[in-house]
Order: sequence, then structure tokens, then C-alpha cells
Amino acid sequence: MKTVHGLSLLVLTLALCACAQIGAKPWQRGTLARADMQLDADPIQTKLDEHIYFSKEASSGGRGFGGGGCGCN
Amino acid sequence: MAGLSLPALASAVTSLPAPLAAYAGQVVYLDFWASWCGPCAQSFPWLNEMQAKYGDRLKIVAVNVDTDPAAARQFLDRHSARFEIRYDPQGQLAELYRIKGMPDSLILDRTGAVLHQHEGFRSERAADYETAIQQALGEPSANVRSSH
Repeated sequence: MKTVHGLSLLVLTLALCACAQIGAKPWQRGTLARADMQLDADPIQTKLDEHIYFSKEASSGGRGFGGGGCGCN
Repeated sequence: MAGLSLPALASAVTSLPAPLAAYAGQVVYLDFWASWCGPCAQSFPWLNEMQAKYGDRLKIVAVNVDTDPAAARQFLDRHSARFEIRYDPQGQLAELYRIKGMPDSLILDRTGAVLHQHEGFRSERAADYETAIQQALGEPSANVRSSH
């Protein structure tokens, strides 16, 4: 039982230590900035899809732009 | 990161680090840029303009943070730079000055103390950046704006 406690403490400590550096620094985003690293292949298509989606949903906000549910934004 | 200590804030850096020692005694405009950064490309013509206007009193040093030197060269082929370029592929200077975005610009006084820092480049704010340069050079500001 004692070994299990010791082991879980070790795992927990290692898990917490792993959080010291999260993500890339601003000057390290060269790879992330590449066109083939973008989540959407076609930004204009995404914008149109989002426009229709938020209009039908009668909601606003979400993926990076605001607006009402009127479909006029 | 050997040899460079890490202050909590860029303004805590009060003297020139070794890679910039050559600029001691001059007011330095330090601009961190990368080839993949769009606003950096926008800022280059403005930096050239500042070089032409204040180059005799102000040392403009553009620090490239690309890990690939070829990418930086390609960028410089497309965007002419009439100011000094330094390379910081390991990000040591970027880390030292706690760069928060790209581009990121600092103005250092003659001893290396940070007088001013701004993140990003927006052409509509260029007048503010120029005012900071004028203040650092101890000149009366031509751009009268409410202080912020």
C-alpha cells in the first residue's frame, strides 16, 4: 500500500512538473505560421460557412467573430 | 540560455547584453522580427523611413528570430532594410527582453535601459511609435497627442 502511495505521489509530481513550459514562445511560431499548418484550408470558405451557421443558429460569437442572428452582419 | 539571466519584465533589463555591446552609448531602437510575420513586413518601410529621419542619432537594430537563416534571407530579398540586422536564432535576446508578440519593439537609452516597448505594428499607430523615438532622443514631440 505504501508503495502505491509513493508511486502515485511520484506520478503526480512528474505530471505537475510537466506544466512548466506550455506552448511555443511568440518568436518560436514559425512552424505554426506556415500555411500548411492552418486548421482551415480556405479562410474565405470558413468565413462563409460560419456566417450561415451563426445566422441559422440565431446566435453570435464563437469562432472569432461576433454578430447577431439576423443574417445581416 | 547560458550566460543570460531572466528578469520578470523587459524594463528590468538595465544594461546592454553582450550581443548588443557594440551599441553602448547610442540610443537603440530594437525591433524583433521574423520572416513568417506579416506585420513585420509592414513595419520595414516605416523602419526605413525612421532610419532616414533619425539615423544620425538613433541606431535601428532589427533582430531576426528565424531558426532558418535562409528564410530570413528570402525575406530581406523581398523587403529592403536600410538598417542594421542582427540574428538571434536561439531566441536569447527575445527571451531576455520578454518579447510578447511579433514584431516587438523596444527603445533603449545610451546605457541600455529600456525606455519604451510596444508589441505588434499597426500603421495607424506609427505616429505614436515615432513620438516614443522623439522622446527617447530628447526632442520636442511634433506629434502632439494626449499622453497615455
